[in-house]
Amino acid sequence: MANVLVVAEHLDGKLRKVTLPTITFAQQAAAVTGGQVYVLVLGSGVDAAVEEVSRYGAAKVLYANSPVFSDYLAETYTPAIVKAARETGSTLVCTPSSTTGKDLLPRVAAKLDAGMVSDAIEVFESDGLKFRRPLWAGNVVTTVHVTTPNKAVTVRTTDFDAPAEGAACPVESFDAGVAPTDTAQFVSFEQVKSERPELTDANVVVAGGRGLKSGENFQMIMDLADVLGGAVGASRAAVDSGYAPNDWQIGQTGKVVAPNLYFAVAISGAIQHLAGMKGSQTIVAINTNPEAPIFQVADYGLVADAFQVVPELTQKLKQVL
Amino acid sequence: MKILTTVKRVTDPDMKVKIKPDQSGIITDGVEYRMNSFDEYGVEEAIRLKELHGGEVIVVSVGPAEATKEIRTALAMGADRGILVETNAELDSDAVARVLAEVVRRETPDIIVIGKQAVDSDRNQTGQLLASYLDLPQATFAYSLEVADGWAVVGREVDGGTSTKRVKLPAIITADLRLNEPRYASLPGIMKAKRKPLDTLTPADLGVDIAPKVRVLRYEAPEERAAGEIVGSVDELIDRLRNKAKVI
Repeated sequence: MANVLVVAEHLDGKLRKVTLPTITFAQQAAAVTGGQVYVLVLGSGVDAAVEEVSRYGAAKVLYANSPVFSDYLAETYTPAIVKAARETGSTLVCTPSSTTGKDLLPRVAAKLDAGMVSDAIEVFESDGLKFRRPLWAGNVVTTVHVTTPNKAVTVRTTDFDAPAEGAACPVESFDAGVAPTDTAQFVSFEQVKSERPELTDANVVVAGGRGLKSGENFQMIMDLADVLGGAVGASRAAVDSGYAPNDWQIGQTGKVVAPNLYFAVAISGAIQHLAGMKGSQTIVAINTNPEAPIFQVADYGLVADAFQVVPELTQKLKQVL
Repeated sequence: MKILTTVKRVTDPDMKVKIKPDQSGIITDGVEYRMNSFDEYGVEEAIRLKELHGGEVIVVSVGPAEATKEIRTALAMGADRGILVETNAELDSDAVARVLAEVVRRETPDIIVIGKQAVDSDRNQTGQLLASYLDLPQATFAYSLEVADGWAVVGREVDGGTSTKRVKLPAIITADLRLNEPRYASLPGIMKAKRKPLDTLTPADLGVDIAPKVRVLRYEAPEERAAGEIVGSVDELIDRLRNKAKVI
């Protein structure tokens, strides 16, 4: 058996959408190994997430509803995932390349003696499983081979579509047998509440940079995003300057987005920012500096003052949309 | 308090990376190297912990002989002694973590503070692997850190906001942006660093097999985006988005 195990993510009892492209990745890997896809859901009060994830083509969903897992801790999730991987005959364990996946999966990989690939953008057969992944802030892509029988992969979810929704697969309670840890405690999660779509699965993203000069001026970014039903993002420089929350940061060390339409407003386009958005389908850059590197990746560039053209753009889009 | 931190020698992140024609690696001729920027946050935080709680900061690098330069930079910032585990082999994060685990077993630090990822390999694995090999708790992506009564309280940058986690020491903390503002080495610091102890070991001295679990078969440049168009007005932009790109 060379099955594939996906660790699902959920928030407030609901499945996080990043789980779905991860299942697609797992299906593509399982097609190479000749195995089946299992999904593991750990938490407390996860019934709705279990029901939802069961409709996306997995062979089986395992779930552990336990107070031990009510708050995510790498220390308690790891032994549960290791046990589930062994019991399901999974030689490949994968998670989304989210902050939870990045925190969790190396810890699992060490316990399984698994070589680990971060941010896979492709999986294919070529004398065994091979993976492709970006590095050097997206300026290089490597093809890698994992030499160990067990493998661990975080999946760059913007590079895979969600699987088609279909009939529910069997779901089964899983006895993780994990005791609470006395060396790590979850204290709190300060969630940035928003009515807008999540950055990582929005069709439109409007991002602002340091050129906006203040947090108040991000209002025009939000207004433009709202007209388009989009999410709001920011460059590292804008987040460092305190204009935007850290959760909005797009780039090498923040979020990676690939919407149909991306607006870079008053963002110069450092390679670290480009790493997080150059997979977008259509890129619009608005900047006063015609030499700004952002124009080299933009499909449409407008050399203009954001303070004038962004409100104008928002007004005119309101009329035509 | 005994504090362990690490530095990686990486290519200058603002430099354009060029790939060898045979796809076996990147071209290193004329390339400038420096300390991985996330490690600067780790080193700074380690020094601040020492300034607050007293003790000693040990800085470790796993890499080529040239990485003594990055270790000396950390010593000039205020670390007390360095350890280079010297190898020219291509390392995966797993090998680095197993080497570091052996160093930690020998040095028994109270806390380990390292960068969350290297800006060349972009893997974001070493701290978590190290924690797992040592069966120690971890707090990754730290933007704040307070140590008291044998515990660390860590503010973490996570999807959807921020979160707070407490870990019992010894523990592994990985530094995110905004954890601190790394200091520059002062001239007296640089002079002092030259006399600070720096031991060199090999992975074999530590009994660690560094054969990678992940082998790189090929290096390629990503697909370039086609050149775009500069538009002259908002109306022209809306026209292109509606009628040409058809995205709105």
